[in-house]
Amino acid sequence: MHLAYPAVLAALLFCVGLYGVLARRNVILVLMSVELMLNAVNLNLVAFDVWLRDALHAGQALTLFVIAIAAAEIGIGLAIVLLVYRNRGSSDIDRLRDLRESEGPQGGSGGGSSDEASVTPATDNGPGPGPDPAGRQHA
Amino acid sequence: MDALDVTARIAAVLLAFLILPLLVGQTEHKVMAHMQGRVGPMYAGGFHGWAQLVADGVKFAQKEDIVPAGADRRVFQLAPAVALIPYMLVLVAIPVAPDGGVVHAIDAGIFFVLAVMGVGVLGSLMGGWASANKFSLLGGLRTAAQLMAYELPMLLSAASVAMAAGTLSLPGILGVWEWWWLPWQLIGAVVFFTAGLAELQRPPFDAPVADSEIIFGAYTEYTGLRFALFLLAEYAGIVVLSALTSVLFLGGWHGPFAGSVGWVWTLLKTGVLAFGVIWLRVSYPRLREDQVQRLAWTTLVPLALLQIALTGVVKVVM
Amino acid sequence: MNLAAGHPGFLSPTGVEIVFVLVGLATLGAALVTVTTKRLVHAALWLVAALGGVAVEYLLLTAEFIAWVQVLIYVGSVVVLLLFGLMLTKAPIVPPITRDDPSYAEVRAQATADADSGNRWIALAVALAAAATLVTVVVDAFRSTWIDLDESVAGSAKVTGVALFRHWVLPFEALSVLLLAALVGAIVLSKRRKGGER
Repeated sequence: MHLAYPAVLAALLFCVGLYGVLARRNVILVLMSVELMLNAVNLNLVAFDVWLRDALHAGQALTLFVIAIAAAEIGIGLAIVLLVYRNRGSSDIDRLRDLRESEGPQGGSGGGSSDEASVTPATDNGPGPGPDPAGRQHA
Repeated sequence: MDALDVTARIAAVLLAFLILPLLVGQTEHKVMAHMQGRVGPMYAGGFHGWAQLVADGVKFAQKEDIVPAGADRRVFQLAPAVALIPYMLVLVAIPVAPDGGVVHAIDAGIFFVLAVMGVGVLGSLMGGWASANKFSLLGGLRTAAQLMAYELPMLLSAASVAMAAGTLSLPGILGVWEWWWLPWQLIGAVVFFTAGLAELQRPPFDAPVADSEIIFGAYTEYTGLRFALFLLAEYAGIVVLSALTSVLFLGGWHGPFAGSVGWVWTLLKTGVLAFGVIWLRVSYPRLREDQVQRLAWTTLVPLALLQIALTGVVKVVM
Repeated sequence: MNLAAGHPGFLSPTGVEIVFVLVGLATLGAALVTVTTKRLVHAALWLVAALGGVAVEYLLLTAEFIAWVQVLIYVGSVVVLLLFGLMLTKAPIVPPITRDDPSYAEVRAQATADADSGNRWIALAVALAAAATLVTVVVDAFRSTWIDLDESVAGSAKVTGVALFRHWVLPFEALSVLLLAALVGAIVLSKRRKGGER
């Protein structure tokens, strides 16, 4: 088999995952896209391992490690997501921006005049949408 | 392996898949009836109601196939197939007789079998979500939680057998099996069988379909043939679990005259275990959801780890 | 993409290659639907198809053990966990209205807004640029490299096991510590403190 087939497939899968990570807004969808990217890397590792006939089978061993780490990552990630959801009533990454620099949620209008504005979302612990940050553009 | 051989083997799997679950279903009718002091269905087919399941099938086929208005149609309709097909695939890898008495010997057979069995649970999850019914959703959630909890002890106890045999292939395990593995792997066998029961959501682990709490869990909205497929998946699951337990822990085709009648021993052991599954349904009350989780994490996982330690010690000492 | 022009090897593909390309296309399609669909649970189910496709590709590359591990861990556990998370965070259970309902368009727009963020077009541009670069480079680098799949199985359980426990024992043990840490971390995170909500 040509090495180009698995390599190209892995590259394309990776880019699909990349698109998902950047374009998705629900945290769990982002996690899924990360899984796609990891799988693309794994495919590459396996293909190159089979091509090189590595005596140590480094590619396959690393693939197994990546799979195990991905499982751990999903476990921890989902625990965090569920905790955030329980506290905020939302799993929308565009709205979880309490810790960002105080540019002011009114957009880029005034960087200096946003002292009050940065306090407002910090007290917004209820499940409601609260003051809708300007970053939430509906596509 | 020529084409004829392949066709014959696939036909054998299909036949086993069509007949054995029905046999288990009919046995369940009868055994439950007698354990509860009644006669059970006696009319269909004449002799002791042997055709009751066929009649049930005809009845299910005649019923209207309803998809709830709020449901996600495609996922809802696909779910029964996802629940059923993995069990058919698993049958391919189970050895029934010595010397090639398996449809397809897979190198990492234990992995294959457990991996594919885990996929079947997706069917319940899909059905639970797609029904757009809160009871179904609760049932689906319970199914998922139960799967996550019991997959671990099941894998660990299977790993113990693989350690003892030094191979992951199911025919390979049977090839080196000795009678004294029975007491040696006893804890693992109990853990495996219990965890398998929980994955199948059979009583006493049927909290995901507890009718007194959540109607019928993920299957609440299903009618007609699709519901029948879910039931068939449950019976097929019993067959697969019993066959797997007998292969991994009870020696499969081992027994007197194994060379000629090995397949009889496999079927016999599978049948006895399936009878045990039905017996458990009649005799034990349903565990509460938190008890189900506690049993998995505080009892079965430590026991499975103990079994692995025991296997390791015996393996090293010998 | 797969037809690096002029190279004779690509014009007479072997059977394995044909299957590989077909499964690869299916995998890619499933992955695309995963990252574009508006329905969250559908995304998870298409992810199952994509991950299963990758498992088949492993089988075709003769890495059997990894293929079954892939099915066991990803399809059996990770996707179930993801579905679990989607259900617990109340993934919208299908808009409970029919197509001819006047609010259908609104519900649909809401589903889109929930799934995709505003920087979709930037993301698309980045992904396309990355894909173009990567595919060009990869095809250019490996257009004449041939994997010999015939000589032996590269990833049977025995081969992988020997490699793992003879040469990679230390990383393996380190990984077990990491898994333990993840387990403890998940428990600590999801445990409620006594005396009300956190």
